[in-house]
Order: sequence, then C-alpha cells, then structure tokens
Amino acid sequence: MPNTAGSNSDKKGYNKDSIGNILLVAITVCLLCSIIVAGTAVALKPAQLENRELDIRQNILRAAGLMGAAAQPAEQVNALFEQFSVKLIELETGEYSGAIDPGKFDQLKSTKDPAMSTVLSDDGDPATLRRLEKYALVYLLEGEQGIEKVVLPIRGYGLWGTLYGYVAVANDFDTIDGLTFYSHKETPGLGGEVDNPEWKALWPGVKIYSDGQPAIALVKTRSSTPEQAAFEVDALSGASLTSRGVQNLMRFWLGDRGFGPYLKKLSGESGV
Amino acid sequence: MSTAREVLLDPILDNNPITLQVLGICSALAVTIKLSTTLVMCISVMAVTIASNVLISLLRNVIPANIRIIVQMTIIASLVIVVDQILQAVAYDLSKSMSVFVGLIITNCIVLGRAEAFAMQNGPWRSALDGLGNALGYGLLLIAVAVIREPLGAGTLLGYTVLPSVSSGGWYYTNGLLLLSPSAFFIIGLIIWALRSWKPEQVEEPEYQITHSAQFMETV
Amino acid sequence: MEHFLGIFVKAIFVENMALTFFLGMCTFIAISKKIETAFGLGIAVVVVLGLTVPINNLILTNFLREGALTWAGFPAVDLSFLGYLTYIGVIAAVVQILEMILDRYFPFLYNALGIFLPLITVNCAILGAVLFMAERDQTFGESMVFGLGAGVGWALAITALAGVREKLKYSDVPEGLRGLGITFITVGLLSLCFMSFGGIDL
Repeated sequence: MPNTAGSNSDKKGYNKDSIGNILLVAITVCLLCSIIVAGTAVALKPAQLENRELDIRQNILRAAGLMGAAAQPAEQVNALFEQFSVKLIELETGEYSGAIDPGKFDQLKSTKDPAMSTVLSDDGDPATLRRLEKYALVYLLEGEQGIEKVVLPIRGYGLWGTLYGYVAVANDFDTIDGLTFYSHKETPGLGGEVDNPEWKALWPGVKIYSDGQPAIALVKTRSSTPEQAAFEVDALSGASLTSRGVQNLMRFWLGDRGFGPYLKKLSGESGV
Repeated sequence: MSTAREVLLDPILDNNPITLQVLGICSALAVTIKLSTTLVMCISVMAVTIASNVLISLLRNVIPANIRIIVQMTIIASLVIVVDQILQAVAYDLSKSMSVFVGLIITNCIVLGRAEAFAMQNGPWRSALDGLGNALGYGLLLIAVAVIREPLGAGTLLGYTVLPSVSSGGWYYTNGLLLLSPSAFFIIGLIIWALRSWKPEQVEEPEYQITHSAQFMETV
Repeated sequence: MEHFLGIFVKAIFVENMALTFFLGMCTFIAISKKIETAFGLGIAVVVVLGLTVPINNLILTNFLREGALTWAGFPAVDLSFLGYLTYIGVIAAVVQILEMILDRYFPFLYNALGIFLPLITVNCAILGAVLFMAERDQTFGESMVFGLGAGVGWALAITALAGVREKLKYSDVPEGLRGLGITFITVGLLSLCFMSFGGIDL
C-alpha cells in the first residue's frame, strides 16, 4: 500500500503521529467498535435464535409433508409444530431417556463430545459419520389414535460432503412417509437434485424392512417383482455416488445402530 | 478535481473495480449461483463500502499514519460483523446459504482499497459517492454473472421459473456446468472481452509483439 | 490418522481454496505471471495458513465459543460474534511477527518471502480458511491439518496457473481477451480439471 496519509495534517502544532495520539486513536477506535459490535450482537440475538429454531421446525414440517418448499410466516410454522412432541431417545436401546432436556439438546454438537458419542469403526460406518451420538431427538406427530408419524434426524456422506436431513416414518413403522435434506454440498443439477420435489415425491410409501433389516435401495431400474420393488426408489440420474450415499445413510439410520431399535419398539407397542 | 458525478459513475463502466483493477472478486463469485444471494451480497458490500468510506474519511485527519491500516481493518471488520448479525436476524435462509462469504467482505480488496486510496484524502460526501460508485460497479458485474448462471443453470430467476426445466416437466435441459465454479471464471472472462471490445482503450499491451512476418506465415 | 489424511487431501484437491471457493483471487491473478514468484507466494501462504488456522482455533475454543470462558468464571458468555474481528487481528499480528522473526533470524527466507508477507494479511484465502475452520467446528488437530492442506492447495493452484501463463504470453490472444480475460478463462479450465478430484474418499 502506498503511504498516502500523513500529509497536510500539521495544522496548529497538532501532531497526529505522536505516540500519545497513536494510543489515543487506537483505544478510542477499539472502544467505539466494540460498543457498536457488542450492542448489535446483543440486541439481535433473540431474533437470530428464533430464526434458527424456526429453520429446524420448517425442515421437520417439510419432512412430515405438512409444509411446502416455500417459507411460511413464523406463527403458522409454530402452530403446525405445536402438534409435534419432541423426545429424547437412547439410540442403542431405543428407549426414551430423560437424561437431558430435549429443548436444550444439540444432537450435532453432542457428536463432538467424547462422553456423548462413540467412534464408529471403518467397516461399521457406511455413511461415513465417524462418530455416532448416544442420544438422538425424535419428533412425534400424535393424533387421536396415538402416533401418526415420527420424524427422525439423519445424516451421511454423499459425494462432496455430508447431507443433513429428516426422514418421516408412517405409523406402521415400516413405511417412509417423507424425506428432506436441509443441508448438502452435492453437485447442483446432479446430486443436488436431492432437493427436487419430484424426486422427493417418490419416497412416501417405500417399505423399509425386509427380514428385520432395512432394505431400501436406490436403483437405476426398478425390479419386476412387486415385493422387491416396494423397497426401491429411482436413483438420481448422473449422480451414482450421491445416490449410494443416500442409500447408505438411510440403511444406517433405520438399521440396528440408528433408529432401528426405537422403531421396532414402537411397532411392538402399537401391535402392528 | 473530478466532479461528484464522475466520482460516482466512473467506477461503473470506465474504471470497473473488477474488470480493470482486479479487485474484490474473491468473495463475490461463490455467491453468484443464485440471483437472490448475489443481490444480498451486493447490498452488503455497498453498505460496508459506503459506511467505511464515510467513517474513515471523517477520521482521516486523526488517524496516525503508521497504524492506519489496522484502524481501517478494525472499522471494516466491525461494520461487517454488524451486517452479518443483521442478516442472521432478518434473512436467516440467505445468510445461511452465503455461509462464510459475508465474513469475507472484510478482506474484499475494494473496501480496503477505496478506504486507503480515496477516503483518506477526500471529504465524507465525496467518499460516500466513491463508495457507492465502486460498490455499484462491483454489484453490476456480479449481477450480470448471476443473471447468466441462474436461468441457464437451473431454469429459474430469483426462484421463479423462467425456463421450465425437464426435471420439473418443462422443455429446458439445464446446463449443469453453469452451476459449478468454473463457469463463473468463463463468464467473467467473456464479460471482460465484451467490455474491452466496446471500450478498446482498456485493452492491455501485449508483452510480446508478434512480428509481421510471423503473422504473414500464419495466414499462408 | 486416515481421517487427517482425508482432510488434508480434500483441502488440497477437492475443496481447493482458489479454484472452488474463489478465495485469494486478487493476489492469485496479480502474482501469477512468473513461476518463481508464484511459488514464493505459495510457500508464504502455506506457512501463514499453517500458523493462523490452528492459532485461531485455539482462540475460538478457549475464548470465543459459547461456554468457552467457563474456566474464567463466565460460563454463559458467548463471544462468537467477535470472531471476524479477532481472526483478522490474529492474522495481521501473525504475519507481522513472522516478518520480524524472519528478518532477524532467517535473512535468507526473509529475502525470498519478505515481499509477499504484507500482501497476505488481506488475502481472503487466509481469512476464508479460518472461517471454514470455525464453521466446520474443527478440533485443534483437524485445524492444523486443514490449514496446511488449504495452503498447499492454494500454492499448487497458483504455481500451476503461473506455469500456464508463462507459456501463454507467447501466444496470439484476441485483443480484448489479452491479459485479464484469458487469465480468467485459464483459471476456469484449471478449476474444471480440479473438479475431477470430486468424490475422492479416504
């Protein structure tokens, strides 16, 4: 940078380059900036937290098919979300747990905490999660006849990065009711088509379990036998790695190490 | 001394910060996939450039020469934090999709460059105009890139369908390349070409002149 | 170990700072006319990134993040909004200190890298990498590997571009494209090449 400053300033014997003035300017600028920055941050914090909460709620509602892709006013989202009850479960047993208040639990953050998560070994980690949390949140949509839908948080590695989303399971606990990814880095137009509403519309009605194991498959051509085709969804064209990633993460999260035990417990309770 | 009008309009076409000075494209291109994020980015850059230019111009007679860069940086960084916090509060979706690129306005060379080169020598009103002009020149180019990328790449503009794509039942085969990062470079390159053909005085001198005989040999 | 190698390779090839995130473009375009200078700048970026990303990671985890000040008796304080200001301050300070240390103890290195160091403070690749580190919640070890990887990736990209441009200056480019225009298109092609590293999974 050229030294352009420093000229025509020596009026009235005032020396702006003296040590005293340097310190004075530095301290004043720091003070003023910190007041402005801290003031804005503190004043806007409630609105930001509300936005974050609202964002999560919208994604859950989208997965459950209660809301379209367009954003909706906060009151409407919150009113819809009122129907859900949020619970904390222990993944390994599938039992509800009261260890932490679900309202304060941050599931993604807990995967960083050694006390709250376990390391997945390479061969037991098809979705490349590296660490699996001990507790997970589930969102139950309860009607008059008990649970109508349950929305589960899922994530897994695609081509460029991790996909984060929610899957909704219908109340036979064996059928997908909806799927949505709220954050991913897949190639726009190819793997990025996981956001395409037409592709997402293929998911409701897909069966999950075959002999107790998740058998969901993303395939190029559907099988001719209806028994097999019930587990299948069209893969994304031109995105075999993203499709494989989605298949892996669905199988992992609905399997024994994910929400499998919980879903089995629910289906046992409802007697289906 | 140039007139206020020149201060404002000069950076938009004749002295565009991106095409001529190669300033500030870093943080800009990654948000040009969608027009909406691009517009928000432009408005943020504009707000930061104008505010920092005015503040630094007001302080120009008290800022000591040897700590001026760090003072400028502090002011700019504070302004960017304010902009970022406001975005998170009022436009959460957009601020999320812009991820780190709002923060990168701090190192956007236009902001610091104008503060150092213009605001340190001029009054606040002229500095504000200079900030606005440079931010507009920058914004115009970014918007041009986004207006090419979003419709041809995804068939939409600002989220509304303009070219119904095959994947949603229309006729337009979307060009995936335009959604990838390389396309932004190609488009900028072509825009520079177009601009320089229109205003030949911006063409750079070649480092090596091809001699007549060589040109002749080529044509034969 | 494999995890760290994965982050390293990904930062170099798949998520190249310059070619996929457009970071550090100003210097990337301006200082890529000759291989030697480009390489020198590249090395300086590797050094600065390798230092600033982990240092900022320490500051983030011990001072700024929500609950990070528990050790000082302020468990509820969340200073993460001060992030940008802190990062840029740390970067400027590290560059300045590095410059002084090199000048005093390693005059040979100073002669080679010295002229690039002031440029680096405002290089958005540095701030960009720090912000990515913060956004991705990396641990200290991860941040160290990521910082180095991002630096090596940037250095690789600028050296490659300088190599192409050295050959390019003998070619007969259409007038309007001369200089900046053709450079952008070259960068685009380079970036397209780097896309083929997508999907590498370690």
